[in-house]
Amino acid sequence: MTLLTVNNLNVNLQTASGPARAVRDLNLTLEKGQTLGIVGESGCGKSMTALALMGLLPENATTEGSILLNGENLLEKSERELCTIRGNRMAMIFQEPMTSLNPVHTVGRQVMEPLRLHKRLSKAEAFEQAIRLLDRVGIPNPEERIYNYPHQLSGGQRQRVMIALALSCSPDILIADEPTTALDVTIQDQILELIQTLVAEEGMSLVLISHDLGVIAENTEKVVVMYGGTVVESGSTEQIFSQLTHPYTQGLFAAMPKLGLGRKGRLTTIPGTVPDLVNLPKGCTFTDRCPLATDICRNTPPPRSELGPHHQVLCHHLEQAIEARSRELYT
Amino acid sequence: MTKTVLEVTDLVRHYPLPKESLTAPPRYVYALNGVSFSIEEGKSFGIVGESGCGKSTLARNVMALESTDSGSVKIMGKEVVGLSFNELRPHRQHFQMVFQDPYGSLDPHHTVGRIVAEPLAALGRLSRQEKDERVAEVLTSVGLKATDVSKYPHEFSGGQRQRIAIARALITRPSLIVADEPVSALDVSVQAQVLNLLRDLQDDFGVTYMFISHDLAVVEYLCDEVAVMYLGSIVEKGKTEDLFARPAHPYTRILLDAVPQPAAGKKRDRIRLSGSVTGQTERRVGCAFRDRCPMATDKCAEETPALRQVEDGGHFAACHYSEEMIQRATA
Repeated sequence: MTLLTVNNLNVNLQTASGPARAVRDLNLTLEKGQTLGIVGESGCGKSMTALALMGLLPENATTEGSILLNGENLLEKSERELCTIRGNRMAMIFQEPMTSLNPVHTVGRQVMEPLRLHKRLSKAEAFEQAIRLLDRVGIPNPEERIYNYPHQLSGGQRQRVMIALALSCSPDILIADEPTTALDVTIQDQILELIQTLVAEEGMSLVLISHDLGVIAENTEKVVVMYGGTVVESGSTEQIFSQLTHPYTQGLFAAMPKLGLGRKGRLTTIPGTVPDLVNLPKGCTFTDRCPLATDICRNTPPPRSELGPHHQVLCHHLEQAIEARSRELYT
Repeated sequence: MTKTVLEVTDLVRHYPLPKESLTAPPRYVYALNGVSFSIEEGKSFGIVGESGCGKSTLARNVMALESTDSGSVKIMGKEVVGLSFNELRPHRQHFQMVFQDPYGSLDPHHTVGRIVAEPLAALGRLSRQEKDERVAEVLTSVGLKATDVSKYPHEFSGGQRQRIAIARALITRPSLIVADEPVSALDVSVQAQVLNLLRDLQDDFGVTYMFISHDLAVVEYLCDEVAVMYLGSIVEKGKTEDLFARPAHPYTRILLDAVPQPAAGKKRDRIRLSGSVTGQTERRVGCAFRDRCPMATDKCAEETPALRQVEDGGHFAACHYSEEMIQRATA
């Protein structure tokens, strides 16, 4: 059964310069135990999507559409009802482990909080459970570390504490928003491995948000590529990375420095910058940066085409884009 | 005959820690323990390593932004260690720095023109007209418009801000630019633009880069030579091609393996590194990496490996088992 279904989700933010359309017509499905990657640059709406799922959107945000968790629409729930879901059935790991942990409480107290709140454990039970969780996420000497404050831990260890917190109530869905961006490659490797193992052991579903195509390729089964607040390409990780199709996906991949490329050749760049969410073009949001763009792109929203089973691309010039895979699309 | 732009010899920097008691001997953070390298004119020298390995301390000491304990830094043949602020000032035009965070490193109250023109103070008196010409010239060369002088930093995107920071570094026509993680705060597509710009500027003006990064793919793309640092020492250095193809230190191998690959296909086989960088405050005999090294033997605990040439063409490594590492990589 489908665990999470997002139908036509729209998130609008009221800003001083007018409404910004942070997320537009987003559709997602997530099965139990599945891992989904969301990839895109800053301002593409990936973090807003995560916050919408968690019901943590800023106050100036309005939403349309529906987010169904086991058939219940989260957008219609009251704050009180959301509190029983958040941290319990859905948990989130944030990017900055320093700012998302409370600096004036010990890590033990913070890991115990959801256990006391959602699981109604006694203090002693929660304490024991917290030690077990810290041990599980690979923190050495959890009996001592439980009394530490966040500033006494390294960046990687703080992120481990965040993971312990998120795991404490064995949620159905774990949302990780750039969990390793602030960490070194070696620590990133350890943290991703830990998330992978835990997700597999607990049978959780994972939503992994990252700008790093490498992180997404190695840790997910399904991928959606977001640009300008909407999904431009989606499919299985295998399909996406073996058949890069949307001009933006192709550009993003080509722009990334890859190991083994050497000093020969130049990095491909996508001209221009991400669109202003307040004044989005009527048609395809990638128009101004796309080498294939024509008049139709500017004025008509692109159609959704099925390229293979579940591999969908939103582009007016699909054939040209497919044909361009073999050559350099950007010059 | 190529000139040596930067020559660093046996640079040492130890930061004293606050005393724990009156009688206790003072403790230190051993940030740099005798680092030596040199960069020739028009080349790029990359420095990689995890956080806490001393990369940024090295940059600050090369830039003479803090006092050095011992060792020498020669820029264009002139010793900068031990010079007073006033003695350094006229010399500063030859070496400039680009910082990591384009949001924090530009004064929000100053116009772009003022920010970019500031280093010209080191050149002594210049006429207004000459200043304006230099600013316009340098802004065009980094791909901004000469009319941008009257704008403020907040009007620019992250990539453009980093271009402003590069323009500020270039305006004195320096021989050496020290760049501390200049692209790590940028999005993939923008990062590619800035990397290409750095390369073009090198081709046009023949500047020399000391480039600090934790991203190995970026270093491979930009640098002629690389040094890998661990706990305040260089553990391996050599030409980028040699070092990436045949790493002679286990740490380099592990760093390279930890970079996630953006490709379809399943998990790679690799050694994972456990633990994180610790031991900056200890002085020990033997190899600093031995606790985390998969190849460590008794010899590593007893004998400190010296940085020695392991291959022709200036490939140096500080490991007892470099020959085995190279053999394994070529096999």
